[in-house]
Amino acid sequence: MPWLPWYGEMKQVLSWTEFLAARGSSILSATGEHLLLSLGAVLLGTLIAVPLGILLARHEQVASVVLGISGTIQTIPSLAFFGFVLPFLGIGVVPAMTVLFLYSILPILRNTYTGIREVSPAYLEAGVGMGMNRRQLLTWIQFPLAFPVIMSGIRVSTVYIISWATLSALIGAGGLGDPILAGIHTYDAKLIIAGALPAAMLALLASWSLGLVERAVTPRGLRQR
Amino acid sequence: MDRVLALSWQHLSLSVIGVALAAAGGIPLGILLTRYRWLAKPVMAATEVIQTIPSLAMLALLMMLFGLGDTTLVVSLFLYSLLPIVRNTYTGLLGVEPGLLEAGKGMGMTRSQLIWLVQVPIALPVILAGLRVALVTAIGIATIGVLIGAGGLGTLIWRGIQTRNNTMVLMGAVPAALLAILTDAGLALLEQALVPRGLKKKAVSAL
Amino acid sequence: MLTFEHVSKVYDGNRIAVADFNLDVKAGEFIVLIGPSGCGKTTTLKMVNRLIEPTAGAIYLNGKEIREQNPVALRRHIGYVIQQIALFPNMTIAQNVDVVPRLLGWPAERRRQRVRELLELVGMDPDEYSDRYPSELSGGQQQRIGVLRALAAEPPLILMDEPFGALDPITRENLQEELKALQAKLRKTILFVTHDMDEALKLADRIVVMKDGHIVQVAAPEELLRHPANEFVASFIGKDRLAPGLELRTVEQVMIGEPVTVRPHTGVAEGVATMRRKKVDTLLVTDESGRLLGAVSIEELNRNYQRAHQVQDLMARDVPVVFEGTPAREAFDLIIQEKLEYLPVMDREGRLKGLVTRTSMVNALASVVWGDEASA
Repeated sequence: MPWLPWYGEMKQVLSWTEFLAARGSSILSATGEHLLLSLGAVLLGTLIAVPLGILLARHEQVASVVLGISGTIQTIPSLAFFGFVLPFLGIGVVPAMTVLFLYSILPILRNTYTGIREVSPAYLEAGVGMGMNRRQLLTWIQFPLAFPVIMSGIRVSTVYIISWATLSALIGAGGLGDPILAGIHTYDAKLIIAGALPAAMLALLASWSLGLVERAVTPRGLRQR
Repeated sequence: MDRVLALSWQHLSLSVIGVALAAAGGIPLGILLTRYRWLAKPVMAATEVIQTIPSLAMLALLMMLFGLGDTTLVVSLFLYSLLPIVRNTYTGLLGVEPGLLEAGKGMGMTRSQLIWLVQVPIALPVILAGLRVALVTAIGIATIGVLIGAGGLGTLIWRGIQTRNNTMVLMGAVPAALLAILTDAGLALLEQALVPRGLKKKAVSAL
Repeated sequence: MLTFEHVSKVYDGNRIAVADFNLDVKAGEFIVLIGPSGCGKTTTLKMVNRLIEPTAGAIYLNGKEIREQNPVALRRHIGYVIQQIALFPNMTIAQNVDVVPRLLGWPAERRRQRVRELLELVGMDPDEYSDRYPSELSGGQQQRIGVLRALAAEPPLILMDEPFGALDPITRENLQEELKALQAKLRKTILFVTHDMDEALKLADRIVVMKDGHIVQVAAPEELLRHPANEFVASFIGKDRLAPGLELRTVEQVMIGEPVTVRPHTGVAEGVATMRRKKVDTLLVTDESGRLLGAVSIEELNRNYQRAHQVQDLMARDVPVVFEGTPAREAFDLIIQEKLEYLPVMDREGRLKGLVTRTSMVNALASVVWGDEASA
């Protein structure tokens, strides 16, 4: 009935509803996979990078080497990286998460390192002079003061990982890359959008919400600055 | 081997073109933003949004508009390179000590003289750093260009993955990685070399 | 309660920061270490809480060698205030003051009490300030808290390293006054480093002047002003402070040290001639032992020379005098009120020590206003 007003639009809407009805659940599960993959990688990355960054803050020479190496790792194109681990870890979730985990390290490591180092030496002198031991200095002063910077690193890393997790579909790990790739193969716009849109939204959401967290964890005393 | 070289060259040129276009647009844009500060916030926000969109998604969406092939890749590289370039140009120019600007103005420089004779040379390391980040990222993204029909070393990697041919994968992956690492190191050296003698400051990256 | 024995600090084998420092500090004393940059005062201070370790010698706190104690534990019992203030920005005022009690494991209630107590001590309302953050406070207020933070765990000793150096002069003065008042109340042992002589003079019970790592002089402020040990100390104190101002000067500092004197039996003509020769208008008459007998002015001699033969016939015997150690101000007041031309200065035995004249008074005033070049 092409003569109906908004016929074209209604047809669009209908085809979309059909599409979603058919594919909806798989999109959702892809989103879930994607999220798990990304968050898992970032979590692992944080668990390693933060303590490492704190440790490196005390050893400047080693730090520049380590930061240099992880910087280099960062430059490697992700597909190439996936390619490297393929011979050793095969396909699937394990190689995907390994690569993503390795990628998540640099921003967090670098920010933890600079964050801790940038704590003014006057605070350290006061703290040590008052009788804090190393652990207390770290937990009471250095870490709280460095935390906003560290959080920023985590945020950058998360967005980055969510973005590159789309590629894990290429090595069979699932995620939102699946619908996108399927859509590319079949030249099906709906599939592409069904994958691309949630992926983009996840990234934006992560960026925004972690930004809020960043601001929330800035110790109130520092915010006034 | 010839194949690898040919693909490497293709890979590099696609990346460079994308970044060059972004520079042609982004650097002037960055300069413009320093004059019209109120524009800075929306422009930065826009480029940040573009940046956050996963590259595969972006490529796929652009494919819908521009079809398969190299062009689409270049367009997406252009878009992705905007943020580092614009942001670094903007912050680099703003980072010039206001005292210097005042001195220049006092000596009778026009606005554009100030920009080109004072600010840009001093901001050069930062701008170059932005270009470096952009190029390295571009090389990374170009690797997946294969998925939307573009060329480059990704072709080998992808074909290798599909055919479970690890050698082929490595023949693509290793040059790609080397390309990225060497470009990064090379440009970093260039940055250091081009810093006006009096200013040997450490270049800032756009992370 | 704090003893330094042959303490020295040498860097890289030959750079001497502190050499053979010996000092005995009594409980409740306020000791100020002062000297030019690089004299070793801060290094010495930091050796007490072992932020810097001595290369030789020993430091005893309440009888115990500090090197035998665990440094962290040691520091928790010594207050420490630094120039940069360094209140932890991520903690509230209460949490900042609280730090050492927390480190020592005091129960929460005791800590809360203590914070209240301390804030009230410096007149800062606990309810208003406890939960504020350092960035909300002015520099002066912050450093007050810095001092409270050092006092919180009731340490017997407090180290202060140029604590008011980063503050503007007015705030600095206020805090100095407050510290003085606080010290009067609490009688803590304080080791204070500064390069500001006024601060040292104001606050110290004893001042330790250092140069190139050595102690040059240890003395109470008045003693230091009166008897600087050598040229360096004198110039470090500064001429202005050695003659700090009329209020603090004594007559000895403004008098003419060798007034012209004659024996009682000196002839009148001779007296006039002496006066002309020495270009003075007054003669003081003394006996052989220097005791003042009287004084005679040129007008009197001129008026009466025919009548008299010897100065003792014309001299005034009841000359107003002042004794050594009298504040100069008193002498001046006397001159002005009694309309005197001069005022002899005597020691306790009645011997003449000097003479304060209107001229010397003017000279003294000039030197205060314009510096010593103005005085003759």
